[in-house]
Amino acid sequence: MSKNGKVIEREDVVVKFAGDSGDGMQLTGNQFSDASASLGNDLSTFPDFPSEIRAPQGTVAGVSGFQVRIGHKDVETPGDLADVLVALNPAALKSNLKWVKPGATIIIDIDNFDNKHYKKAGYVDDPLGDDSLQGYNLIKAPITGLSRATVRELNLGIDNKTADKTRNQFVMGLLFWLFNRDIEDGKEFILNKFGKKPHLAEANIAVLYGGYNYAETIEALSTTFQINPVKNRKGKFRQITGNVATAWGLIAGAEKAGKELFLGSYPITPATEILQELSNRKDLGVKTFQAEDEIAGVMTAIGASFTGKLAATSTSGPGLALKSEALGLAGITELPLVVVNVQRGGPSTGLPTKPEQSDLMQALYGRNGESPIPVIAASTPGNCFHYAFEASRLAIEHMTPIILLTDGYLANGTELWKLPDMNEMPEIKTPLVKDNDPDYQPYRRDPEKLNRFWAVPGQKGLRHRIGGLEKSDIYGEVSHDPYNHEKMVNLRQEKVDRIANYIPEQTVYGNKEGGELLVVGWGGTYGALHSAVKEMRENGSDISLAQFNYIYPLPKNTGEIFSKYKKIVVCEINNGQFSTYLRSQLPDYKYEQYNKIQGLPFYIAELKNKFQEILEDK
Amino acid sequence: MENTHKLTKKDFVVDGPVKWCAGCGGFSILSAVQNALPEINVPIEDIVFVSGIGCSSRFPYYIETYGFHGLHGRAAALASGMKSANPKLSVWQITGDGDAMAIGGNHFIHLIRRNIDINVLLFNNKIYGLTKGQYSPTTPKGSVTKTSPHGTIENPFNPGELTMGAQGTFFARVIDKEPKVMKEVFIEAHKHKGTSIVEILQNCVIFNNDVHEQVTGKEVKDDRTIYLEHGKQMIFGKERNKGLVLNKGYNLEVVTIGENGITEDDLLVHNAYDPNPNLHYMLGRMTYPDFPVAVGVIRSVKDTTYEVMLEEQVEHEKANSKIKNMTDLLNSGNVHVIE
Repeated sequence: MSKNGKVIEREDVVVKFAGDSGDGMQLTGNQFSDASASLGNDLSTFPDFPSEIRAPQGTVAGVSGFQVRIGHKDVETPGDLADVLVALNPAALKSNLKWVKPGATIIIDIDNFDNKHYKKAGYVDDPLGDDSLQGYNLIKAPITGLSRATVRELNLGIDNKTADKTRNQFVMGLLFWLFNRDIEDGKEFILNKFGKKPHLAEANIAVLYGGYNYAETIEALSTTFQINPVKNRKGKFRQITGNVATAWGLIAGAEKAGKELFLGSYPITPATEILQELSNRKDLGVKTFQAEDEIAGVMTAIGASFTGKLAATSTSGPGLALKSEALGLAGITELPLVVVNVQRGGPSTGLPTKPEQSDLMQALYGRNGESPIPVIAASTPGNCFHYAFEASRLAIEHMTPIILLTDGYLANGTELWKLPDMNEMPEIKTPLVKDNDPDYQPYRRDPEKLNRFWAVPGQKGLRHRIGGLEKSDIYGEVSHDPYNHEKMVNLRQEKVDRIANYIPEQTVYGNKEGGELLVVGWGGTYGALHSAVKEMRENGSDISLAQFNYIYPLPKNTGEIFSKYKKIVVCEINNGQFSTYLRSQLPDYKYEQYNKIQGLPFYIAELKNKFQEILEDK
Repeated sequence: MENTHKLTKKDFVVDGPVKWCAGCGGFSILSAVQNALPEINVPIEDIVFVSGIGCSSRFPYYIETYGFHGLHGRAAALASGMKSANPKLSVWQITGDGDAMAIGGNHFIHLIRRNIDINVLLFNNKIYGLTKGQYSPTTPKGSVTKTSPHGTIENPFNPGELTMGAQGTFFARVIDKEPKVMKEVFIEAHKHKGTSIVEILQNCVIFNNDVHEQVTGKEVKDDRTIYLEHGKQMIFGKERNKGLVLNKGYNLEVVTIGENGITEDDLLVHNAYDPNPNLHYMLGRMTYPDFPVAVGVIRSVKDTTYEVMLEEQVEHEKANSKIKNMTDLLNSGNVHVIE
């Protein structure tokens, strides 16, 4: 097959796949991403699906999407707007047209663009009949019809309903043409997926070629894209979601602590994959306990921690609320416990499948009594691994519960992640006690870190009792003594505060010596904030970024950094929780805010507009 | 240094005071537990007492083993985590009727359904003691308490019914005034592999004094309770002349030996090991005045336990997977090597 058309080399391209939630859009997106990764492109993906499993077909509510951005330089976000939109039905077109660049290529399945589908999608007029699609490169491909015909010709006895499930391979074939890809790579993916069902593999491969050949035939796709591999990038990479990276980071933490991992958890969107991934890792000694509810999830983990395991629980906002009392118990018993909270839109059930950063206050303060618990946050899908490992390290070495915040955007999004070298990761030092240690007392502390020590059932000569009632300093007897209580409250606080001595200093991207504007973000907004700041710096703006991963306690140099900039703007996917927190911790600085609460990540363009405004308002 | 000597009751007695009300049923239960533990042949350091919240849940502070005083209602979950994480431990859960049946009802039934090898001692005094006298989920209907000044309008739970309903493998009932029976039943509970529920009819001297007296009082006990022993006939009464049979409607019926041609041979023989729970269910729910209240081990059947199956799955996967460590996992599946 030869190509006669024009090939455009691009830095990056954003492709959005959209269809019914049963159409396999996530699979198609992943297949395309994987093919891109194997060619050496960098990438970032983001699925966008409704919380209903199969909302009514053809309706806007049922549209499931998958966005991928591939590039030949570092790709930090899945991109604001799409260069290519694949819309398998009118509803998919309707709900996604606003996220498409002017002049973009839009591929529709013309076989689904009829009055019946327009009605379901809520179109009053035929969108193909008015001028709403003017200015786009519209490809009206008969995807359903050609897929069915291709399958029928194979005479495999496959019915139309099953044949329709091959449509995503038609799309894939089209895209392989559009991006100058080797069609053999796509074939391999199908063989891996349908290896055990040869007739389905055959049908899907035939349709894949059908899509490719169709693209070659029609003139509309004479312009194709070329994304070259990333230069000077070497090593082993894999596509990873934030949830899998989190699960693996916990396993890595257990390995480096010489402990077995125990996860007590209850399924909740968008955190469930952590439980799923870990339940499949018994080969590494991981025990998972799918509890009857969120409370039992965390309580079983606390029980496991008491017996000397690296214990964790995974949840999302509503689940964290249910676990609050237990977190207080883990705090007062000073047991290591990693709590992963994959944030989603709230309050209450809120927006289960959409990202938000609105659990920060809950993580910091959402418990009864004086109950300080350290909080850290991951900022890319891949570095969920690192921060899950860090959470494990801090929990064990400081004998404390810790909350790791990620979000739905990191959890389900992927990036091409460079594999860490386990030999280079630090050992986690467990504050264990030797059997029969005559000096052991339940609340005797390490003089530096102030952690108590981890004596576990089964050890001789260390029998002791802990619990939710206040305990006497050192000896750990039940105590209602007023001065003892104050002392213990202060000791627990001081222990958490001193964690600041054991975390890295905050870094700044941009003008480290100070300057006009410091953008402050935390957690999952890193990609968008960094891209926006980078693009503006390349255009000469005096703008820098401090993205926080260590939230509580804050890195010790935070105030020093803030003092060097004329203006600070705190950007968050919530109504201003981190800025409120910073005002309480470091009240000497003025914090402007940029907040978005739409269940959507930041877009680079909107950030740049805001930053420009602040810079110009001198 | 830890003991190597043979354990005695003294090894389980704490230095500090036991802070229950004078006359509380808790004291005799504690003593029976301390008498039972030296006989279960478990090293003292492998024994853990776990509790929720309530008067009974202070228990871990009063026994010289590892102990964890947890959250209200959550002892079952805490204990489940411990036993699943380390099956070697002998885990004992102390709970009350409010802790286990109300706020912890969900964890209670799920513990039983999973059949994790935990010994649950359920102190049932049919009242909230630590909050000073509100009705509990086991308080008889119509009872006047601080929160039911006009009598409760709720049907009470019977722990035995809940246990059978949740597919329990072990249920026993004992009376706090009978130290020998308690000790023996606690040892039986330990021996049973799976969740053992032991309901203890406990007196609350302050807020529900003599709650069980109409059944367990010295004068009436023989006629109003029946002590069930595996393999023995279901016979009771001061005169040992009453017993239980199944009537034509497949219901339990109290009969008198010598009346209507009934002989001892007509009485039911207790089979605690019968996997079919139907008769155990009927025996567990017998209440005064229609029936004698059943005490002793009512059900004890073998089944797989959660923690053992979990361990087996882990060992199987460890032995059969190619992935032996984190580095193997990182390099598994779809890795792109870029040169």
